[in-house]
Amino acid sequence: MRRVVKALLFLFLIASPAWAIDSFQLPEDPQLLARYQALSEEFRCLVCQNQNLADSNAELAKDLKIELVELLQAGKNDEQIREFLVARYGDFVLYRPPVNSATAFLWLAPLIAVSVLGLVVLMLWRRGRQTETATANDEQVAAALADLKKQKNS
Amino acid sequence: MKRFILPFVFLAGLVTLLAAGLGLNPREVPSPLIGKPVPEFTLPTLADPEFRVSDRDLKGQPYLFNVWASWCPTCYQEHPLLMQLAERGVNIVGLNIEDERADAIAVLEKGGDPYRVVLVDYDGRSRIDWGVIATPETFLVDANGVIQYKHTGAITWQDWAEVIAPKYQQLLTGAPRG
Amino acid sequence: MFIEVGHFAVVLAFALSIVASTIPLWGAHKADARLMALAVPAVRGQFVLIAVGFAALVAAFIDNDFSVLYVAENSNTALPFAYRIAAVWGAHEGSLLLWVLILAGWALAVSIFSQSLPVVMKTRVLALLSWVTLGFLSFLLFTSNPFERLIPAALEGRDLNPLLQDPALVIHPPMLYMGYVGFSVAWAFAVAALLGGTLDSTWARWSRPWTTVAWLFLTIGISLGSWWAYYELGWGGWWFWDPVENASFMPWLMGTALIHSLAVTEKRATFKNWTVLLAIFTFSLSLLGTFLVRSGVLVSVHAFATDPERGAWILAMMTIFVSVGLFLYAWRAPYITSVGKFNWLSRESLLLVNNVLLVVAAITVLTGTLYPIALDWLKVGKISVGPPYFNATFVPLMLPLMLAMGFGVASRWKRDSRQLLNRLAVASAVAAALGLLFNLVVVENNSVLIAVSVFLAFWVLVTAAREPIQRIRSKGSVAAGIKSLPLHLHGMVVAHIGLAITALGIAVTSADSAMADEVIKRGNSATVGGYEFQFMNIEEVAGPNYDATRASIKVNQGREHVAWLYPEKRIYRVQTSPMTEAGIDAGFTRDVYISLGEPVGNDSWSFRMQVKPLVRWIWLGTIFMAIGGLLAVCDPRYRRQAKRKAA
Repeated sequence: MRRVVKALLFLFLIASPAWAIDSFQLPEDPQLLARYQALSEEFRCLVCQNQNLADSNAELAKDLKIELVELLQAGKNDEQIREFLVARYGDFVLYRPPVNSATAFLWLAPLIAVSVLGLVVLMLWRRGRQTETATANDEQVAAALADLKKQKNS
Repeated sequence: MKRFILPFVFLAGLVTLLAAGLGLNPREVPSPLIGKPVPEFTLPTLADPEFRVSDRDLKGQPYLFNVWASWCPTCYQEHPLLMQLAERGVNIVGLNIEDERADAIAVLEKGGDPYRVVLVDYDGRSRIDWGVIATPETFLVDANGVIQYKHTGAITWQDWAEVIAPKYQQLLTGAPRG
Repeated sequence: MFIEVGHFAVVLAFALSIVASTIPLWGAHKADARLMALAVPAVRGQFVLIAVGFAALVAAFIDNDFSVLYVAENSNTALPFAYRIAAVWGAHEGSLLLWVLILAGWALAVSIFSQSLPVVMKTRVLALLSWVTLGFLSFLLFTSNPFERLIPAALEGRDLNPLLQDPALVIHPPMLYMGYVGFSVAWAFAVAALLGGTLDSTWARWSRPWTTVAWLFLTIGISLGSWWAYYELGWGGWWFWDPVENASFMPWLMGTALIHSLAVTEKRATFKNWTVLLAIFTFSLSLLGTFLVRSGVLVSVHAFATDPERGAWILAMMTIFVSVGLFLYAWRAPYITSVGKFNWLSRESLLLVNNVLLVVAAITVLTGTLYPIALDWLKVGKISVGPPYFNATFVPLMLPLMLAMGFGVASRWKRDSRQLLNRLAVASAVAAALGLLFNLVVVENNSVLIAVSVFLAFWVLVTAAREPIQRIRSKGSVAAGIKSLPLHLHGMVVAHIGLAITALGIAVTSADSAMADEVIKRGNSATVGGYEFQFMNIEEVAGPNYDATRASIKVNQGREHVAWLYPEKRIYRVQTSPMTEAGIDAGFTRDVYISLGEPVGNDSWSFRMQVKPLVRWIWLGTIFMAIGGLLAVCDPRYRRQAKRKAA
C-alpha cells in the first residue's frame, strides 16, 4: 500500500509533461496551413473520448500534429498522409471511413433507404389512384341502391 | 401481410446488434502492425544515451516490447509482473516514451529493472511508428522481428497465462537455437 | 430520514404503476367503467409520489447530505446553489429520476387536458404510459437507485463534473427529456388506437398537439446542447455528430416527419399506417438514444458513466415497447383503410416526399452511428464514422427537402396542377433575387454547395412568408390579414422561417469562418479574419470552486475597438480537471471567439482565435422553430374541439 501511495505521489510531482507546442511551428505557406487544418479535423485523437486532432490537447494528438506538419512539409499528398496514419493506427484513425467492401453498406445506406422508401411512395401513389376508382364504384353502388329504394317506394 | 412483418425484422436486427455491442469494448483498437515486421528504428538506450540500438540488433530471439513511462500509473501496476517474468528468463525490451531520463532511471532503481535493454524515444517519433496509443502497451515480436501480438493496458497474470505465454512459448520453440 | 421518505414514495409509485398499467386496461377490455375510472387517479398519484421522491433528492443536495451516495458523488459544499440543484440530474441515477418524473408529468397532463377523449381511449393511453413508467421505475429501483445511503457518510462530496457547471446545462437535460419522453405520448396514442382498432382522423387530431409539444421541447433541448458545446468545449464547433448528439437528433428527425404526417392523417384521413409506424419509431428512437447515452457501447465526449447491465435493461424495455407497438400494427394494419385519394401532384405527395427525406436522414444517422459496432461485432475491424461521413450524406438529403418545402406550403390538398408553378412565380423570383444578393454581398468564400443552400434557404423563407403576405394584401390591413390566418398556419410559417434562418447560419458559418492557432507574447497581437487580438494581460483568479488563469484580450477591428475578451483555463479544485472557458463577443452578424491554450514560456501563450459569421443564426432559427410549434399547439381548434365534446 505504501508503495502505491509513494508511486502516486511521485506521479503527481513529475506529472507536468513538457509542452509539445514549443517545437510546434505551423506551416507558413497558407496552402499548407489550409491542408493542415482540414486534415487535422479528419483524424481521430485516439486517446480522447471522441475528438479530432485539431480539437485535442492530448500528448499523442500533439505528437501526431507535429508529424502531420512534417509530412506536409516533406511534400506528401493527403492520400499518402492518410496511408501513413492508417498503417500505424488502422482505419480507426480516420473519421471519414474508407470506401471498401466492409463499408460499402455504410456509404450506400442513404441510397438504399431512398430507393426502398421511394418504391413505397410509388406504391402509395398507385394505390391512391386505385382507391379513387374503388370509391367511384362505391358511389355508383350507393346511387343504384338509392334508385332501387325510390322505385320500391313509388 | 409480409410488409407488416418487415418492421419486426428490422427491430430484431437492431436489438441483436445492440445486444452484441454491449459485450464489445469500444476502446480496444486492434493494431494493423500484427503480422508485419517491426518499424525500423535506431534509438539511444536509457542506460547510455551515446549507445544506440536498432531493430536489427534485436533479431534472433523472440521478445516482449513493452512501452512505458515513469508518469504512468498503470505501468506501476504492471511492473511487478514484468519483474517476475524477467526472473523466469522472459526476454523483455523496454521503450520509455515522453519521459525524463532521470525519472525513468529512478523508477528502475526503486522497483527493479526487468528489461534486457530500455530504449528511449522522447520526441514521440518511434511511438507513432509503433502505433502506440496509451502506455502501457506490449508487443510480442518473434525471432525474425515480426510483430505477432499486441496487448493494450497492463498485463495481468491471467492475460499472461492464457494468451501471451502460450504464444511466447510457441515462438521460443520455433526460434533458431544457438 | 427525508431521503428514505423519498425512496419509499418512489417504491409506492412503482406499486401504483403496476396497478395503473393493468387494471384499467382490463377495464377497457371488459368495458367496465369502475375499473377504467382507476386510471386517472392512479396516474396522478404516480406523479405526486415520484415528485416527492424527486423533492427528497433535491433537498439532500441542498442540505449537502453526503450520507446519500449519489449526493456525495456529485456535489460539494463549495458548489454554487443553482448547480447543486442541477447536480440532481448531473449523473445517471438522478437524471433517470428526472426522466421518470417528466414521464409521470406527461401522463398527468394527458389526464388533465384530455377531458374530451372517449373514456376507453383515454384509459388506454394512460395505462400504456403507466407501462413505460413501470419499466423505467423498475430500471431505477433495481439498477440505478439514487436514494442509496453511504455509510459512513462522506465528509465532503466529489463535486459535480465541471463540464456540467454551466447555466445552459442546467436546463438542457430537462428540455431534452421533455422531448424524448414526450414522444411516449405519441406512442401511447398510436398503440391505444391500434388496440381499439379505430385509426381515424380524430385519433390524429388528439395525438397532434402532444406530439408537437414534445417536438418543440426536443428542438430547444438539442439547440441548447449545441450552444453549450459551442462555448464550453472551447473549440468553437457547434455540432460534432457525436453519438450523443445523434442520439437526440434521430428522434428529432423522425418526430419532424411524424408531425407532418399527422397533419395529413388529420386533414385527409390518409397515410394512417405510415403515421402509426412513425409514432412507434419515433419513440423507439428516443429509447435508442437513452440506450446509446447510458450503455457505453459507443465512445462519446459526453456520455454518462456507463455500464452494460444498464444497457441491457434499456434494451429490454425498448424491445418490449416497440414490439408491442409493431405487433398490434401487424395485427391491425391490414384492416386500416386510408380513404383519402390524392394525385401525384398534391400537398399529400409533397408531404410524403418530406417524410421520405426525413426518415432517410434518420436512417442515415442511425447507420453511421451504429456501423462501427456492427463491424466490430462481425470482427471486420474497427472504424470511426465521423463528421466527414455525416456531412457528405446528410446535406444532400436536406437540400431537396428544402426545395420540397417551398412547393409543399403552396400546394393544394388532393390535386394540384401547373397552377402551382404560376402561384409560385413571384415567390421564386423574389427568392432568387434575395438569394443572389445575399450570395454576392454576404458570402465571401462561396462554392456551389453554399450558393445553392443560400438560394434554397431564401426559397423556404419566401414561400413560407407568402401566405400571410397574401392575406394581408387581400384584407387590406396587416392586423386583419394576420388575424385571418389560423394560428396553426402561423406556426407553420414561423417554423419554416426558422429553418431558413438556421440554414443560412450553417451555410455562412461553414463557408466564411476564420480560425488560427497562434502563440502571442504579452503586449503583442495577432490578426484573424480582419480582427486584431491584442494579448494585454494574464492573471490568476479564484472562483467559488475553481482557480482560473484568465487572459485579457483587447479586440480591435481596424482602428475601432470592438470588445474585451477574457478567455480562461479553469482548474476545478475537487476533481482537478482543467476546463477552458472561451471568451466570446457575440453578435448578430458574427461571433469573435478566443480560447486560451498553454504557456510556452517567455511570457507567451498559445491561443485559438476564431471569427464566425452568422453563427448565432443557427440557434436563432431553432427558437423560431420552437415558437412555431408553440403557435401551432395554441390553435383554438384544439380547445374548441375539447369544449364541444365536453358539452
